[in-house]
Amino acid sequence: MIRFDQVSVTYGDAAEPAVQGVDLTVPEGELCLLVGPSGVGKSTVLNAVCGLVPHFTGGTLRGRVTVAGRDTRTHKPRELADVVGTVGQDPLAHFVTDTVEDELAYGMESLGLAPDVMRRRVEETLDLLGLADLRDRAITTLSGGQQQRVAIGSVLTTHPKVLVLDEPTSALDPAAAEEVLAVLQRLVHDLGTTVLLAEHRLERVVQYADQVILLPAPGAPPVVGAPADIMAVSPVHPPVVALGRLAHWSPLPLSVRDARRKASSLRERLAGVEPGGNGATVPHAGSGASSSGADPGADADPGADADADAGADADPGAGAGPEDGGSARKRFGWWRRREDRHRAGATPGSEPVRAPEGSGGPLAAETVGLSVRRGRIDALHRVGLTVRAGETIALMGRNGAGKSTLLSTLVGMHEPTAGSVRVGGAAPHRTGPRTLLRHVGLVPQEPRDLLYADTVAAECAAADHDADAAPGTCRGLVTRLLPDVQDSTHPRDLSEGQRLALALAVVLTARPPLLLLDEPTRGLDYAAKGRLVQLLRGLAAEGHAIVLATHDVELAAELAHRVVILADGEVVADGPTAEVVVSSPAFAPQVSKVLAPLPWLTVPQVAHALEATA
Amino acid sequence: MSARVAGAPRATRSTALHAGAWWLWALGLATAASRTTNPLLLGLLIGVAGYVVAARRTDAPWARSYGAFLKLGLLVIGIRLVFAFLLGSPIPGTHTLVTLPEVPLPEWARGVRIGGRVTAEGMLFAFYDGLKLGTLLICVGAANALASPARLLKSLPGALYEAGVAVVVAMSFAPHLVADVQRLRAARRLRGRPDRGVKALLQVGLPVLEGALERSVSLAAAMDARGYGRTAQVPPAVRHITTALTLGGLLGVCAGTYGLLADTGAAYGLPVLLAGLVAALGGLWLGGRRSVRSRYRPDRWGLRAWLVSGSGIAVAALMIWANSYDPAALHPPAVPLTAPVLPLWPAAGVLVGLLPAFVAPLPMRAAGAEAGSGAGAAAEPGAVPGPVPGEPGAGRARVRKSPAPGAPHTKESPQ
Repeated sequence: MIRFDQVSVTYGDAAEPAVQGVDLTVPEGELCLLVGPSGVGKSTVLNAVCGLVPHFTGGTLRGRVTVAGRDTRTHKPRELADVVGTVGQDPLAHFVTDTVEDELAYGMESLGLAPDVMRRRVEETLDLLGLADLRDRAITTLSGGQQQRVAIGSVLTTHPKVLVLDEPTSALDPAAAEEVLAVLQRLVHDLGTTVLLAEHRLERVVQYADQVILLPAPGAPPVVGAPADIMAVSPVHPPVVALGRLAHWSPLPLSVRDARRKASSLRERLAGVEPGGNGATVPHAGSGASSSGADPGADADPGADADADAGADADPGAGAGPEDGGSARKRFGWWRRREDRHRAGATPGSEPVRAPEGSGGPLAAETVGLSVRRGRIDALHRVGLTVRAGETIALMGRNGAGKSTLLSTLVGMHEPTAGSVRVGGAAPHRTGPRTLLRHVGLVPQEPRDLLYADTVAAECAAADHDADAAPGTCRGLVTRLLPDVQDSTHPRDLSEGQRLALALAVVLTARPPLLLLDEPTRGLDYAAKGRLVQLLRGLAAEGHAIVLATHDVELAAELAHRVVILADGEVVADGPTAEVVVSSPAFAPQVSKVLAPLPWLTVPQVAHALEATA
Repeated sequence: MSARVAGAPRATRSTALHAGAWWLWALGLATAASRTTNPLLLGLLIGVAGYVVAARRTDAPWARSYGAFLKLGLLVIGIRLVFAFLLGSPIPGTHTLVTLPEVPLPEWARGVRIGGRVTAEGMLFAFYDGLKLGTLLICVGAANALASPARLLKSLPGALYEAGVAVVVAMSFAPHLVADVQRLRAARRLRGRPDRGVKALLQVGLPVLEGALERSVSLAAAMDARGYGRTAQVPPAVRHITTALTLGGLLGVCAGTYGLLADTGAAYGLPVLLAGLVAALGGLWLGGRRSVRSRYRPDRWGLRAWLVSGSGIAVAALMIWANSYDPAALHPPAVPLTAPVLPLWPAAGVLVGLLPAFVAPLPMRAAGAEAGSGAGAAAEPGAVPGPVPGEPGAGRARVRKSPAPGAPHTKESPQ
């Protein structure tokens, strides 16, 4: 159905081709998954199928791409519109009209189908994708999962033979991602549509694929094969594959179900062992909600550096594992001392707000009965949340549950309609931005929003100025997070992961004791995610309180001490990660599903335990 | 018939009122407003428009624009009053409110006055005048709030389709821009910079424009990939005739209008104008054949559309008639100062404009629908087929409803 014949693509003034040596065939009716680290040209391959490369993007395409027998050299994207349906990364950028029904009809109108045919296909598609209740709704009022389904529906109505999707589930919560994947399954099984999709979150899709195309590195030719074979060698792979590789299972399991059938011996071996090594969850195994991951030294005498260091060293769970924790501590050692001094002296306001029972670290933020109303909707309803220094909290829940609202309330963007919110002893909505900067920092969903300057150096200088920090503070952080970034790089030219790190450095310049991150792993590949995890663990070990809103259950399992689940603006669960996450089918990480009922959450935990018992 | 009209149905796609009907109704009210300066009548017109908007507007984003138009109307009145206060007014008056120091102006600026005596009569006249303009704006705002602009543009002839798309895209971009500005201003706060004030707004300007540019490029890519701009093969002869008709027609319209307006050419003006119009419309119609587009569920002009548009036109006609019948009542004098009187019959005429509040289809309130569907989407995990390929039982059952996908495809294929 799709044929690439020795294809290479070179964009405008680039010296190297973006992809080369692509030679592959996708047969009709297959669900084909395109995987690889960021920046290897996945989007280029996808856009070559629908003709946007090179007709729309420019550049030179060598070789030949044919789709359903049509050569993309002689057919423009609009002339392929009846055989290829394309949905890009951001469904909102895809919509031309304003209501669901019009959007579904738009493609057919362009092709000039008869009115009665259009009407029938719109009704069929509404049923197929479960959108019938939403037909008159304005698209902007829909949730992320609904929008993604509308975007898929809008290209399905023309009955394309090929469907091309770029990261269809990356921005979605686990339940919405299931919805979308169920639809894709149905298309492949029942309508015989050929689906080609690229996705970073392999744990969600790899078990559905019939074929996997791996782009291992920029400029390297793709490797094509059965999912299990490719996953055995792929640099990007989901946790279940990592577990399979660790336990030397063959063939490699791709789904939780396959892995569970092979896992009985591993379960027996791990039965008597307490999960450890990974760190985040250890101190909480029995101790309820309060955090003991915080550094007790800061509590006793915040001014004494020796005390603080001793406290951290004595803390069994604070590190990220022996090698990571050590390096993180070394890297940030100078900073933790400044941090402690800063907490002791510069912000006396935070001192009286201590945990009343004396357990855990000092309070970084607290909300009591917090309600926030946005328009006619109660975005938050009587939310009570305490965040202590050194604690990492994952906020989870479906799209629109109020996670982002809670984070932005903590930085004072919304005024509570009832209840109170205190961050570092101050009410954020009544605090000026310059003061608030020292109490709390938020990295928004789109880190680019934080970056205004046109070079990295200018951005760092501005950040130092904003935070009244010594010149070079921010640049120092950037160097540590992104060792190989040039001063003169434009922030737009950075990859998603690099941009996130730059935004994080900008926020950290003011050394806020409370750090908030909104969907930090959106668009990150596994390697970038791994670096982020290391970094955040280091920060937590230094006594930063971290709250992250995320859909990424694997990230939450690796990082968070506590998980708070929001639904319709209310807290429905709040407790140690191991307890909350394991009890919920939607939020459980793959390792926990495979090894249930044992309380293991991540592959490094298991690896560590196996090393210890071997 | 009256029974059918009395119980207005719920607005669905098929019963929805033609967007053009709302515009005709609103333009009728606006025409009426332009024919009077009686503040009581103007207030009545605003009330009528406001009542209909309150009764029949949806929760759609464009429906929220009514408030903005109300504020704009107030602003117009305010500006008119400020100008009359500062620059004086040609209306003679005896009731002096205050006397501002007058700025001496050079000889060549004679006739312009800054400062000086401010009279109650002048201010009242300015208020009447501003209220008239404000009412016009509010009537336009009512149409804007009641009729979906996208649906109105869908009723354009095929040849104008591209222009219509440009407008629709521009209109859907405006809310995105506003959201971007809000988001970036919030982000400034995160950087520790003030998020209010003009400077903050200016500094986010560039990132907002960059974002808008990026979004338009990706929208253009999406539209291209979805078949926008596919054209049918049209024989060259037809293309030439289209060009000739359109150009000739437009020339004819220009010449005809000139003839009508100039003193000498009244005799040939009208026929040339009409011939030009016919030629231009013919050109548009022929040009539409080049586009392969078809239209999905266009709005129908039904009985209710006639009633709604008719009520607006009736208000305008009654007001115009009243103007020739009793002009004094419609234009209460500012000199001498008198309390305006509500003329009974023109007021009754204005009330005809309330008809749409009873005959137009009831809009769906989106609030309930939103809550319902949100819960529905969440409570539906059972409908998701299991992750194991080979047993998509739930899926198959639901798909049965659609006809076999292979056969209709080949038959309906657009080539």
